[in-house]
This record gives sequence, structure tokens and C-alpha cells, in this order.
Amino acid sequence: MKILVCISHVPDTTSRISFTDNNTRFDATGVQFIIGPYDDYALARAVELKESAEATVTVLNVGLAETEPTLRKALAIGADEAIRVNAQPADAFFVATQIAAQARTGQYDLILMGRESIDYNGGIVHAMVGEMLGIPSVSPVMKLEIEGNMAKLAREIEGGKEYLEAPLPLVLGCQEPIAEWKIPNMRGIMSARTKPLHVVEPVAADSGVELKQYELPPPKGAVKLIPAEQVQELVRLLKQEAKVL
Amino acid sequence: MNVLVFAELSEGKIKSSAAEAIAFARGITDKVSVAVLGNADEAGLAALGKYGATKVIWANDERLNAGIIQAYASVISQIFTATQADILVAADSSLATPVAARVAVKQQASMATNVVQVPDLSAGFEVKRSIFTGKAFARVALTKPKKVITIKKNAAEIKEYSLTASVEAFKPELSDSDFSIRITSTEKATGHILLPEADIVVSGGRGMKGPEHWGMLEELARVLNAATGCSKPVSDMGWRPHHEHVGQTGVKVAPQLYIAVGISGAIQHLAGVNSSKCIVVINKDPDAPFFKAADYGIVGDAFEIIPKLTEAIKAAQ
Ligand SMILES: Cc1cc2nc3c(=O)[nH]c(=O)nc-3n(C[C@H](O)[C@H](O)[C@H](O)COP(=O)(O)OP(=O)(O)OC[C@H]3O[C@@H](n4cnc5c(N)ncnc54)[C@H](O)[C@@H]3O)c2cc1C
Ligand SMILES: Nc1ncnc2c1ncn2[C@@H]1O[C@H](COP(=O)(O)O)[C@@H](O)[C@H]1O
Repeated sequence: MKILVCISHVPDTTSRISFTDNNTRFDATGVQFIIGPYDDYALARAVELKESAEATVTVLNVGLAETEPTLRKALAIGADEAIRVNAQPADAFFVATQIAAQARTGQYDLILMGRESIDYNGGIVHAMVGEMLGIPSVSPVMKLEIEGNMAKLAREIEGGKEYLEAPLPLVLGCQEPIAEWKIPNMRGIMSARTKPLHVVEPVAADSGVELKQYELPPPKGAVKLIPAEQVQELVRLLKQEAKVL
Repeated sequence: MNVLVFAELSEGKIKSSAAEAIAFARGITDKVSVAVLGNADEAGLAALGKYGATKVIWANDERLNAGIIQAYASVISQIFTATQADILVAADSSLATPVAARVAVKQQASMATNVVQVPDLSAGFEVKRSIFTGKAFARVALTKPKKVITIKKNAAEIKEYSLTASVEAFKPELSDSDFSIRITSTEKATGHILLPEADIVVSGGRGMKGPEHWGMLEELARVLNAATGCSKPVSDMGWRPHHEHVGQTGVKVAPQLYIAVGISGAIQHLAGVNSSKCIVVINKDPDAPFFKAADYGIVGDAFEIIPKLTEAIKAAQ
């Protein structure tokens, strides 16, 4: 079985977000970049399937050269080869077009992604890739088992879970507890240096979304502390001042 | 401009988030059609006029009772074409967002998810969306002629109209390949307020010490007509179900009031709650980081404060 795992290269979840150039550019100064946390779950499940379903795992990122350490980390975790589509990920449609083009060439049985990227938070690249390839997509997936040509899945829905069966090929957006994050070991890190990392040029795609400006939320005022023995005062403030009760 | 709204059903009834999607569409144009898929209560459909819908297009086909993404995308795209719509609007959800994404590809439309306010169209078609898991916003222009927009909770203010929507039947073309995915079973909490839609959320963290203490939070939630949430470790340890976990890797909520009890306020938890209008924090540690993100706080022991707070709210009702 051939598995493609699509990973985004995103600021660490603890990063403070700020912008430069008159709020038109993300300020990466001092920011640590990681494999998107949801993509990391997808990768972990793919690496597990290498053994149980005799799979080969290719990781893919649409990004400029600065994302290569992130791809190398995915190789160290256990992917067999990496592809970097050499382009700025302009928007979901652009990224999906690139992934779909690589998927057509590689003929993968399973395309695993995260449920969403934590920078853009679109939650749509998987559905777009499914549509472009004319195959089903499911997200957010919490459980994935392969049985022959079928996948058995659990998907989170508002207030519960849905169990599904779907034929391969298939695109999935993953989240916990599909697998536990894997930390690269020394052997993985050594072997990642020599695993293939292919750089390919993007196919033509018009994005349709143009960034105008970033904004930060207004700063929060100071908290109003209420003594523990005066809960009635809290109720009064919520009613009369905040008007939320 | 013609705007089509996808209104999702839950057990045959229109979901409350559809009212916000219609209000959002109304902010763009007066001509708002609403697509409804599957068996539904017909009186409820005409009543969508109350929120500003002029027409309801109803694909009343029982194959559409289950929310199968590909089938839904196919039907909504057909309705989009048939109504000559320019814009599709839906409220973000586990079904509507992927469906809308597939429609955007079929229609070659520009798409934005997580949109937080009705656009001001005077300077071109620009929308404001939430990014970096609520830590920032981006203003983006949607440059293609057709547009697909999914909105976050509270993106539009619901207004009331004295309209009755006309209800038109729509016969979709469906193919077997739209149904290659089969839903084998569903587990869903019934009779509960769903966390992503709740106006008030009562959330507990590791400070609650164990699942046996959730009764007091549930009682507070019941009195407030609120949903219950939790921090990630709480769901990791199995004290509460996974779909209640709030934050970066869980549900993002946007209630009027978020009450956090025994939660330290790690940045990943705050990422899921920073769209809340008002935040109350109850924690015994005065240095808990959550107080910096709170509007009101009480420093003290949750096990003493929560029962008293519940009583005080009952007394004030
Ligand atoms: C990539 C990544 C993603 C993550 N995503 C999420 C996420 O989506 N959501 C999330 O919640 N976390 C997430 N986390 C985890 C996060 O970093 C914190 O570990 C977590 O939020 C802490 O949970 P907590 O506040 O319940 O527990 P703790 O940090 O242990 O805090 C417990 C609090 O309870 C207080 N307390 C104890 N006893 C009492 C009492 N009797 N009365 C009142 N207060 C009391 C303590 O003072 C303390 O502040 C993520 C972490 C990573 C690395
Ligand atoms: N630049 C990228 N390169 C590769 N995969 C990506 C990229 N951006 C997003 N993805 C994948 O698409 C998923 C959903 O992203 P999004 O629709 O942006 O929330 C992510 O979790 C990744 O798996």
C-alpha cells in the first residue's frame, strides 16, 4: 500500500503571533516551526501502517526551502521519502491543487492529512483534494483500520462519533487518538539524512484568495477579582455589567 | 447578487446555526435562498422567512437523511447552479465545511472558512477570518466571481423579519459513487446542548481531581442551560469524552460566557476559548495564567465555590 502524508510547517503551539511590514507579513523572528500537530497524528498512524499493512510512506509539503528541516523530521519519524513542492502555500485551493497533482503521479491508496493546519485553520485542503481526485474524503478521523480494500473509520461529529466504511483510495483529515505522536530516535535521525527529498516545481493554479492585512485581537483589560465569599457579587456583575446571564 | 445558504438539519430540524448563516447572507443581499437536504418538518422550512430567507429549496430525498459529504456537495452544487447563485454561505461544522469546500472546487469559487463578521463590500469583496487558532485575524479578498464562505459562531447578528419563505421542491441527480462511504453507526449525546453551539459553557480541568466530581459542574451547567467542556488532559485521562475537550486540538467555542474551573490556562487551551465574549476563571492559584485572559475571577477552592455559585444563580433567576 502507498500512503501520502501531507504536512504543514507551522509555528509551535506556544508561539506568540505578531506581524511586520504594516501587518502584511507573519513575523517569524524567534518562532520555532513544527510539523502541524494534527499532521503529526496522521504521520504517526501512517508509520504504524508501514508494519501492519506493508505500506510505504511519502511525506509532502508545499512550501519554500525553509520547510526542509520539517520534512527531514518527518523522515526521521519514519517516512520513506519526501516531496517538497517549491512554492509559497498561497491558499487552500492552491495547496490542494499541488497535492492532487502529486497524488495523480504517485497513485497513492491513502492520502492522510491533519484535520486542519494551525496557522491558516482552513480545515478544507483534504476535502478539496478529494474533490479534485474524484474520491471520498473524511475528517476529522479518530480511528483508522485497513481491511483489504476498505477503511474502517471513526469520525468526530458535534456531540459524538460516527463510524464509517469507505473504499480506497481515500483522503483523510486526522486527529487524536488515531495514533500517538512519535518522537524521532537517533537511528531515525541518522537515516533521515540519506533518505530521498525530491524538490518539484508547482503546477499552475490561481488561488482566488488575496491577503490584505493581518490583525491582532484587541488587548484584554485587567481581570476583576471577586472574593471567594462573595459569589452573589459575581452573579450580579455577570447580569448587570457583562450582560451575559 | 444571489446568495444561497446551506442550512443543516439535525434530526429533521434546522440547526440554530443556520439562522446566523441566513443573517450573514442578509448582510450581503436581500435575495437569500436556503438549501435544505433530506426529510424535514415543512412548517419549519417556511418559517426560515423569519430570519430573512426569501426562498427555500428543498431536496427532500431520503438518501440525503444521512450527511454524506460527497452526495451533499453534489446536490448543493446543483442547487447553486440552478439558482444562479454567486455566493454560498454555511455555518462551519464537521459536515458543512467539507461540503462547502467540495462545492468551491466544483464551482471554481474563491473560498474562506472561519469568517467572523459580515463583510463591508464597499472596498471589494473582503472578509475577515480567524487564523492561528483565534490568536489573530486576516482580512482577505475573494477574487473569483463565485465565492464560498463558511462562518464562525457569532459572525452575524440574528434579526427578525415578517417574511414567509416560499418552499420549492428540488429533484437532485444522485449517482451511486456519491454514496461510496457508508455510515455504519452513530453515537451521539442526546438532549444535551452541543458545545460548539452553546451560549454558555462550563468547563473543568485537572483541578477537578476526578470524573466523580463532575456532578457539580453538570448541575451548574443545567441551571445555566449551558454545555459542559473540559481541558485536554481531562479527556486524555478519559474523565470526559473527547468531543468535550476545548482548545487548540479540540473544540473552539465562542459562547457569551465561558466559566473555567480548575484549568490553568495553557496557551493551547486559551486558543479554543479566546472568541468568548466573557470569561470567568475559578482557580485556587492566584498566579494561574488563565486569570490574564479572564474578565472576572475568583481565587479559591472550586469544591467550595461551585455549589455556592450554583445556588446564587438559582436565587437570582
Ligand atoms: C500541541 C499541544 C496541543 C494541546 N492542545 C490542548 C487543547 O486543545 N486543550 C487543552 O486544554 N490543552 C491542550 N494542550 C495541553 C496544555 O498545554 C495543558 O497541559 C493543559 O491545558 C492543562 O490542563 P489543565 O489546566 O486542566 O491542568 P493543569 O495545568 O494541571 O491545571 C490544573 C489547575 O487547577 C487548579 N486547581 C487545582 N485544584 C483546584 C481546586 N481545588 N480548585 C480550583 N482550582 C484548582 C490548579 O491551580 C491549576 O491551575 C496541548 C498541548 C500541546 C503540547
Ligand atoms: N502547505 C502545505 N503542504 C502540505 N500539506 C498541507 C499544507 N497546508 C495544509 N496541508 C494539509 O492540509 C491539512 C488541512 O489544512 P487546512 O485546510 O489549511 O486547515 C493540514 O492538516 C495538512 O495535512
